[in-house]
Amino acid sequence: MTIDTSVLNALRPDMTRFAYLLLRDQHAVEDVIQETMLTAIEKQDGFKNKSSLKTWLFSILRNKTIDALRRGKREVNISTLSNDEDDSFEEVLFNHHGAWNLETKPNAWSNPDASFEQKQFWSVFDACLNHLPAQTSRIFMMREFLEFEVEDICKELSLTTSNCWVILHRARTKLRLCLDTKWFSGQGFQASRS
Amino acid sequence: MMNCKEASQLMSQELDRKLSWREAITLKLHVSLCDGCANARKQVNFIHQACKHAFELNEEKK
Repeated sequence: MTIDTSVLNALRPDMTRFAYLLLRDQHAVEDVIQETMLTAIEKQDGFKNKSSLKTWLFSILRNKTIDALRRGKREVNISTLSNDEDDSFEEVLFNHHGAWNLETKPNAWSNPDASFEQKQFWSVFDACLNHLPAQTSRIFMMREFLEFEVEDICKELSLTTSNCWVILHRARTKLRLCLDTKWFSGQGFQASRS
Repeated sequence: MMNCKEASQLMSQELDRKLSWREAITLKLHVSLCDGCANARKQVNFIHQACKHAFELNEEKK
């Protein structure tokens, strides 16, 4: 079957969003999107409609993004990590017994799954992801969006497994706090509900 | 006795590795008694789900 390039172009915004979250560099993103488009057109005979076009295109994009990450050889430097991150976030969240502080004790989010249907939610979600420090974000995205196993992330970035766990924990905590402030207890959620 | 700080580390790790039997039970016990941690765990799992939905939803809308 022949793929209409306008269909490919319609998927460009989502592809750009995806690649940007991982690469955070507009030039790198444009290169990756272009390579993905070219590969898609070149290999269109391989697309048999078994999966949706978007799924197929994203599997190409995923591989191109991984290649770009590898090409960039942006090794995670442990000293950069600890500088670019503050380890003090746990001290803010917990008291010296390791219990939640009163102000930081997590509240229940009401009907969170309904957010998935709201466009506004996804821009908040992206903003929170882009707000993570670059290295933390990369590791989180490799885990959650590229679905790497933790062992493979460690190998790829020369980190220890426990380092990876700590970074992922930190990423999830920061995202949790960001969504809590910017969506669930903030104006965004209220406004978009009414 | 597991505290909230340790519990919050394990609720992240359970998304990345299989917890040992002992860790899993201790976490379960703690979460059943602590609503802060129960909420934190739901939020972390929600974020995990959101990542799965992030690039599917738009397709359904088209």
